[in-house]
Amino acid sequence: MSKPARTSRRSGIRGGEAASGWLFTAPMIILLGMFLVVPVLMALWVSFSDWGGRGSPFGGNVKFVGFDNYSTLLNGGGLAEQDFGTALRNNAWYVVLVVPIQTALSLLLAVLVNRQILRGRGFFRTSFYFPSVTSSVAITVLWLFLFSSTGAINKLLSFIGINGPNWFNDPSGILHNFLQLFGVTQGPAALTDGSFLGVSWWDWLAGPSVAMTAFILMAVFTTSGTFMLLFIAALQNLSGEVTEAAMMDGANGWQRFWKVTLPQLRPTLFTVLTLGLIGSWQVFDQIYTGTKGAPGKTTLTPAYLSYQSAFNNQEWGQGAAIAFILFVIIVFFTLFQRWVLRERPVSKRRMRPYLTNPASAVALAATATPASTTKSGESR
Amino acid sequence: MQRRTSRWMIGAGLTMAGALALTGCSSSFGGTTSGSTGSAAALTSDASKSLTVLIGSSGDAETKAVNAAVASWSSSSGTKATVSVASDLNQQLAQGFAAKKPADVFYLSTDALAGYASNGSLLAYGDSLANKDDFYPSLVKSFTYDGQFYCAPKDFSTLGLVINTDAWAKAGLTDADIPTTWDQLETVAKKLTTPDQVGLAIGGEYARAGAFMAQAGGNLMNEDSSKATANSAEAVAGLTEVKKLLNDGVMKYAKDVGAGWGGEAFGKQLAAMTIEGNWITGAMSSDYPSVKYTVAELPAGPAGKGTMQFTNCWGIATDSPNQAAALKLVEQLTSKDSQLAFSTAFGPMPSIKSAASDWKAANPVLVPFLNGADYAVGTPTAKGSADVVTELNSKLESLKTGDPQQILDAAQKNLEALLK
Repeated sequence: MSKPARTSRRSGIRGGEAASGWLFTAPMIILLGMFLVVPVLMALWVSFSDWGGRGSPFGGNVKFVGFDNYSTLLNGGGLAEQDFGTALRNNAWYVVLVVPIQTALSLLLAVLVNRQILRGRGFFRTSFYFPSVTSSVAITVLWLFLFSSTGAINKLLSFIGINGPNWFNDPSGILHNFLQLFGVTQGPAALTDGSFLGVSWWDWLAGPSVAMTAFILMAVFTTSGTFMLLFIAALQNLSGEVTEAAMMDGANGWQRFWKVTLPQLRPTLFTVLTLGLIGSWQVFDQIYTGTKGAPGKTTLTPAYLSYQSAFNNQEWGQGAAIAFILFVIIVFFTLFQRWVLRERPVSKRRMRPYLTNPASAVALAATATPASTTKSGESR
Repeated sequence: MQRRTSRWMIGAGLTMAGALALTGCSSSFGGTTSGSTGSAAALTSDASKSLTVLIGSSGDAETKAVNAAVASWSSSSGTKATVSVASDLNQQLAQGFAAKKPADVFYLSTDALAGYASNGSLLAYGDSLANKDDFYPSLVKSFTYDGQFYCAPKDFSTLGLVINTDAWAKAGLTDADIPTTWDQLETVAKKLTTPDQVGLAIGGEYARAGAFMAQAGGNLMNEDSSKATANSAEAVAGLTEVKKLLNDGVMKYAKDVGAGWGGEAFGKQLAAMTIEGNWITGAMSSDYPSVKYTVAELPAGPAGKGTMQFTNCWGIATDSPNQAAALKLVEQLTSKDSQLAFSTAFGPMPSIKSAASDWKAANPVLVPFLNGADYAVGTPTAKGSADVVTELNSKLESLKTGDPQQILDAAQKNLEALLK
């Protein structure tokens, strides 16, 4: 069976195709291999070695140390574990707040800007997109000025009688601060006694620090524009007929958005959430140019910690290990999100009202069509 | 099926070949030259190689001064040398070491010493310096790792008490009131505290609060960083005094009065006194020329006078092809003439005793800073201690409500972990 197939592939008019295919892709394969695959594999090796930063990591006196670097971080009981736990805590809160807010905001902006009746749409589109094309270093510097203790934000707050915090110097967690309003300053023993990664449960629940909150606002401000663009593109691709059909069925604007438009945006939503998730787990340049982890290590993130352990402390193995743990976290959340946003058949409970009434079964058919089109769109 | 496997084979083959080619390249700089650290008995001296000097400059004045000094050495010795200014010194050093093509001579901080010394990147040349005995002993200790004197201190700074003379006179104080004990410090700080000016403002970090520990006779680690002493009774007493000053309302952290550091709080007249190093003079003359000030030695605590010192050294790379010339260059750069020239250009204090009298004559106002050299203590140099200090700093932010003993116990635990 395989033999004739083989000869037929080798000979004849299409014989050289495989070779030329490889030839044409070779430049890219070599480039990607050299600058992507090989460095990643080298970093993987470094995370399992005791390389100290001098000479090649493949040199003779670099030893394989197994999971030592990983266990120092995850189970070492020392400062390294505590720092890693703190960095994860900070970044987790950052992700939890940034991803939903920026997704919702960018969708809202896209829907607003996409409306036919809006005047000066071009102006709004440009101005919403503007922060995204500005370099993050410039925006960070701007932010440091705006949020300084005597800066514009605190001035504005003082007009409405609020005594603004000393933003980038305030290490207190916002949830802790909120609880303090009710006189809770010390966590229950159940939370303060137990700890995970060297950080007590009570501190895990501290919420982002005031300083981190300023960074969260900044991330929302800068990235919403980019994702708005993705949503606009998706909205312009939707056919008006489906919406018209829904109108004919008597769906009001709110229902049309939630039941017709949003389901059709599912592939874009997935893209936006995934990009947002990856970007916000890797936050680095704001921290590097802004606070370098201060105040009180509450803006330390795994990406910055990785840089710091490698370049400042010469703990290259630990730095690489942090990077790979971060990689695992990101992959896990991306898969989890894919699972949550997967295509599901309409549930029995939702189906029931339509089945009793033959007239609305037609409406069901109308709303079911976009679902199948998105499916084919998604398999790209 | 077979077709697919063969493709995979080709793909895998290509990746392997690529990886092998790369490791082949890397072995040319990875292989043999290792382990030649330590004794400077056999310095490399490939005279055909010119020297590169990597510095982290504070500004044009420093860059120009170093350039001039290196150029004059170059013309007298006949060895070419070029100075480059790093934008991120740590990162550029690390890249150089990893590629085995580091700068020959470079600035090195006390924090970074242990990391580079332990992985063999640094040449321990201290004992072969001709002017070795001229350096202040406490500075030599700061650059001693594992019993070896690694590199020549470039210059140094100490902390002093900087006083706003106008506020001082306004509070009815005279020269005789300059505090020499903790009690006197509390008294004058109280007198100087007004509704819009706090008596004393300092940066809320170990690098300032540590001076109080030193005055009480304690520090985070012993002199050569071989033993953690963070929770000793002396260190706790020092931190307790800081807490007392904070709670009395006569001292505040700079950030709590809306300033980035002590010098800013002092220059903006948010505080009548601050504890800063001699670098404050630059900021005062450029940013706050109208503020009149004087400098005094820090008051003594229960264990006598104490202050902190900060210093950098001239590192030489083990992988430098011309270590002998690099050593000669460093000797020149740490000579009396060069250091005094550097001092005039950008303000640091010379690291050698023989330059002290000339320096004092040239900077009469700043003499208290140099007097501090006799009793100054350094920051810990054990590998990883910079992290412990950062952690400690984050706790010191809430010292006002915290417990000094508890804070230092945690630091002690972290420091002990480094020594294992």
